[in-house]
Amino acid sequence: MYPKDLKYTEEHEWVRVEDGVATVGITHYAQEQLGDIVFVELPEVGQRLEKGESFGVVESVKTVSDLYSPVSGTVTAINEELLDAPEKVNEDPYGAGWMIKLELADEGELAELLDAAEYTRMLEEEG
Amino acid sequence: MPELKRTPLYETHLEEGGRIIDFGGWALPVEYSGIIAEHRAVRSSAGLFDVSHMGEILVSGPGALEFLNYALTNDLSSIVQGQVMYSPMANEEGGTVDDLLVYRLAGDAFLLVVNAANTEKDYSHLRLLAAERPGVEVEDVSDRWAELALQGPRAEDVLRRLTDFNLGDIRYYYFAHEVSVAGVSCLVSRTGYTGEDGFELYCEPADAAALWRAIRDAGGEDVIPAGLGARDTLRLEAGMPLYGHELGEDISPLDAGLGRFVAQDKDFVGREAMLKGSGRRRLVAFEMTERGIPRQGHPLIFQGEEVGVVTSGTYSPWLNKSIGMGFVPPDLASPGQVMAVSIRGRQRACTIVKRPFVKGRRKT
Repeated sequence: MYPKDLKYTEEHEWVRVEDGVATVGITHYAQEQLGDIVFVELPEVGQRLEKGESFGVVESVKTVSDLYSPVSGTVTAINEELLDAPEKVNEDPYGAGWMIKLELADEGELAELLDAAEYTRMLEEEG
Repeated sequence: MPELKRTPLYETHLEEGGRIIDFGGWALPVEYSGIIAEHRAVRSSAGLFDVSHMGEILVSGPGALEFLNYALTNDLSSIVQGQVMYSPMANEEGGTVDDLLVYRLAGDAFLLVVNAANTEKDYSHLRLLAAERPGVEVEDVSDRWAELALQGPRAEDVLRRLTDFNLGDIRYYYFAHEVSVAGVSCLVSRTGYTGEDGFELYCEPADAAALWRAIRDAGGEDVIPAGLGARDTLRLEAGMPLYGHELGEDISPLDAGLGRFVAQDKDFVGREAMLKGSGRRRLVAFEMTERGIPRQGHPLIFQGEEVGVVTSGTYSPWLNKSIGMGFVPPDLASPGQVMAVSIRGRQRACTIVKRPFVKGRRKT
């Protein structure tokens, strides 16, 4: 449910870092809470995001949720497939359901994120 | 957080895998298998809903008919025992206190089925009106009734497996009392909030779980449990108003497109104010022609000006596009009219269309 090689936020985003590029999506828990996802709005490539800044929205049939960038950086790619097939976020949140790729501005920010064990504990505490 | 109220089916919902939310103080399932799957099942087969949170108010006595005909906007004088009528209830200012169903149980006994969140308000409103009138009793009997809705083209077929009663005798907006369904005594009406054919079944709270189980067992693959999420998307596709969205204390039923349920030739609470105050805005249905989902509160824009507001909006699981309803000035209310919804500060084009979005197979 919560891969060990990812970092997590309290707002239920995940980050995977490879060669200074962070891939960002929402967690299994988040997609489950939202229910059927029917719309995703993503930023433009080239946009600069600060850590914690809203980079888009994800909408289920009933709910609208903001997406928050887990780290600071510049958007290098967005998952355009989600514009026509937002259900991929439900089906494969850590794979085909990825949302944006960021060129990291400050790798030091990664240390402030939760690891899988910490994120899982947080979910348990929230009950 | 205060303790949420539970319907008699609370445990059943947990067993069925329902995801429970706080719905106006009630612990109710927003979905089981998923809103889209549940929605499509109701349009193509059947879905079973717990709507026990709805309020029930009994109005009885020799003056009951005359009283209700004054308290409600629709003309009740024509309804017979065994018939159901939909009616708005207006306030003195011509706005809407609630919209409800009236069941004529007997010559001088009427059961009002009202929106859950409005039950106490409606009860006080009716009590106050009735105080001036002899021969009318108003009683909140919400605790005495559980309510299940079985909706969809296969609803009658499924229910037939559980009763000897000839369901074909229950026409649209009629009901039968003391019908034995799987051994449970029910009031069964051919009514609903989905645009599809189907029934609403009222029984004693103690029998609700057994009735639910019996319908699920008899229904097999023809019936799935459906939650509040699908109930909302189904009613929206059917173009039906929801109190708190298309209706409210400051919204006239006439403006909300309910003119055929307002008998203007009789006297009723709020009549003068309603006739005088209505007509400056009209409820319309619209489809998005650009990306984005309209939601309640989003502004409607025409030629750069804010001209109205979205009252409800969603992704339509049946049409696979975004739809909504909202209020606009009458001269912008014709089908085909193009305008825009301001979604998070960006204008997205939409076109006014005729209601309903989806014409179900309900029997008229």
